[in-house]
Amino acid sequence: VTEPKKDLVESPEQAASSGSLAARLSLSHKAGGVAVPVATVVLAFLIGGLVVLATGHNPLLAYRDIFDGAGLNWIFHPTTDTQGSIAAYNLTQTLLQSTTLIFTGLAVAFAFRCGMFNIGGEGQYIVGLVVANWIGVSFAGMSTLPHVLFAVLGATLAGAAWAGIAGVLKATTGAHEVISTIMLNWIAIYTATWLFGAGGPLQNNLPGQSTNPVSNDVVHSAQLPVFWGSQGFQGLDIGFFMAIGALVVFWALINRTTLGYEVRAVGFNPDAAAYGGINVKKNLIRAMAISGAFAGMGGAVDMLGYLYHYGSLDVQNSAAGGVGFIGIAVALLGRNTAVGVFLGSVLFGGLIYGTTQGLSSNVIEPELASNVTLIIQGLVVLFIGADILILYVWNSRKRLRRQPPTQAPAKAAA
Amino acid sequence: MTAWGQRLENPVSDRLRDPRTTGIVALGLGVFAAFLAIPPIEARSPIWPVVVGILAVALGIWTATRGKRKLGWGAVVGGLLGIGLGILATRSGTGNLEAVFDATLIDQTFGLATPLVFGAIAGMFAERSGIINIGLEGMMLMGAFFGVYGADKGGSWVIGLLIGMASGGLLALVYAYFAIHLRADQIVGGTAVNFLAVGITGYFFQLVYNGNVTGNVPLIPNVHIAGLGHFLENSIGNLNLLTWASFALVILAWVFFFKTPLGLRLRACGEHPRAADTVGINVYLVRYCAVVLSGVLVAIGGVYLSLGPQGNGTFIFDMTSGKGFIALAAMIFGNWRPAGAFAAALLFGFSSALALKLQVYSPQASTLFATLPYVLTLVAVAGVIGRTVPPAAEGKPYAKQ
Repeated sequence: VTEPKKDLVESPEQAASSGSLAARLSLSHKAGGVAVPVATVVLAFLIGGLVVLATGHNPLLAYRDIFDGAGLNWIFHPTTDTQGSIAAYNLTQTLLQSTTLIFTGLAVAFAFRCGMFNIGGEGQYIVGLVVANWIGVSFAGMSTLPHVLFAVLGATLAGAAWAGIAGVLKATTGAHEVISTIMLNWIAIYTATWLFGAGGPLQNNLPGQSTNPVSNDVVHSAQLPVFWGSQGFQGLDIGFFMAIGALVVFWALINRTTLGYEVRAVGFNPDAAAYGGINVKKNLIRAMAISGAFAGMGGAVDMLGYLYHYGSLDVQNSAAGGVGFIGIAVALLGRNTAVGVFLGSVLFGGLIYGTTQGLSSNVIEPELASNVTLIIQGLVVLFIGADILILYVWNSRKRLRRQPPTQAPAKAAA
Repeated sequence: MTAWGQRLENPVSDRLRDPRTTGIVALGLGVFAAFLAIPPIEARSPIWPVVVGILAVALGIWTATRGKRKLGWGAVVGGLLGIGLGILATRSGTGNLEAVFDATLIDQTFGLATPLVFGAIAGMFAERSGIINIGLEGMMLMGAFFGVYGADKGGSWVIGLLIGMASGGLLALVYAYFAIHLRADQIVGGTAVNFLAVGITGYFFQLVYNGNVTGNVPLIPNVHIAGLGHFLENSIGNLNLLTWASFALVILAWVFFFKTPLGLRLRACGEHPRAADTVGINVYLVRYCAVVLSGVLVAIGGVYLSLGPQGNGTFIFDMTSGKGFIALAAMIFGNWRPAGAFAAALLFGFSSALALKLQVYSPQASTLFATLPYVLTLVAVAGVIGRTVPPAAEGKPYAKQ
């Protein structure tokens, strides 16, 4: 492991050999500013558009319909005519989706800040869903505020514990968190399938529904109030503000606390951090647990906010392009910062809803368009990962600007 | 982010990771599995002895691949016997035992293990050359879809297999470019590959087949071997062609890695690329070839999923559902060695096959049983990583000078 870099503008070779992922990410982020994620998104959309074009659809019209499907055209229809109210409904759905992605994005981002790749957001989110459902269904006698707090707290702690397993394994035995969180994902997925499944402990006890592998609805006292739209039609609940609160907590934790400082130091260079007196193992466990807490809370907010119940098939379907995985794209695109995660989650929230239920288009059908979302997501992650390319382009631009072209290509100084 | 594991000093876990200790524990668990069913414990469900027995087998494989062969394989046999005796005792009748342990169990074990074997060996090619391939899952998915596509449009399973292999290789080439030339972080890149594969296969599945493959495509044939007697004929007399190919691949991979100059060069690139470069090995070329070959091989596993006896010519969205990751786990479990990975893949296949059989007794518990390979891997990586040494330069991008 090399020593921490003070210079931002270094050669790509040096950047590649600097060991830690967090160091590399922060390097490429600072090098490109906002331009890099924006360029990444544009490029990913261009390639996605090419795929659409190559298969005989008009990409511009398709993207316009997706934009409308996400309800973003609400800005142009603030009135309450029919089109405006459809747009408003779509926008609430987009924001519901974004709420989830803020939580799972923060889960990935926090671990990244400590130099770890939390690929297990999906499992931590499912654990949160399960615990929130159990508490929300079981303790029917409680009044609203304590019931909601109890459910959210329980799910948050469960998510933290689930991710904490990976943190403890990493700190004590050196087991790579990528492998352990992947395994924890699948364990969570199959366990939840069993819990909600026919004869499982959390399956519903409604008459005539004994073969339906779906849970009970959480009772009214545990449901989050809706502030935009109506409760019966999946309106936007106050979970959205809880997500905004989580963003603020994330920002404050990372930037304004000793904990955040230690986590970042370990992420940047564990050896240097240990030399400076920081307990690396403790921070690895702590960062993983906090990371899982965000995802678990996301599960609780979704369960209490609009899902109310969940089923085995929902769990199985989430295995492929689940919200935990989209959180990776959100965090990488958002450069692991609070503001970035917010913007990333609105983008992907819009893409997801705008290409599925929200899409009414005669250019491209939702079944096809939803896969374009997956392709764009993959491309975004692929390009962001190639930080050397970004650095190289950035550096050569700087060199061109600062040095006369006749000079020998020396290493650029900051 | 570098290789899979880092050596951490920890006296307690060091002692736990000693193969001898593990081997003895494994033997103990094997015996325990059998005793679970009789007084004083008297477990009523066959699931418990089976779980403990499989844990014993897993630890046995781990021990055997890490130096203590006799003890390890002894534990494997002990675990298997424990499972058998445990089921016998909980069901108290040989008829029930035969219902679980018949020849088709062996057939299903090999069948379910086939994609894992291809995936594990494929992963080994990439990782031995120094590139972590977490995109195995995605490349397998490519093989699964484009195998069906090729077999359908080309009218022959051979064309399906070839197109499936090409699709996996192509995706691997894209990944290789990002991982080798652009020196992207390999785990981020591999994750991207998995997303891309779900999107690409889902898009074309919808576009070409409207989300529904008829299943009316030429399948990869089974190899019928007659005249073996009843038991052998039911167990290995009707295995798929690709299952036999996977057996051959394990041997070929072992010969390639450890008995040929080319294999030595490939391993050199994974252990010390600078040294390999110095003696004139083209590190980039070797790594490109290894990653693309890795994509091609794992795609064969994918083709098996859709065109083999289980898929029966159908494709469904995100068909692999984690099999690529189990293959990756089998490779790590097997200590980056062909024989070890093969044994691990067989164990995971065996536990899946048992889950299918035990469905008769308890459908709910068999869902829970599906977590077993993942739990085993989690337990294994906790112990395995420190003791085993993955290729030294794995995960580190190499910059030419």
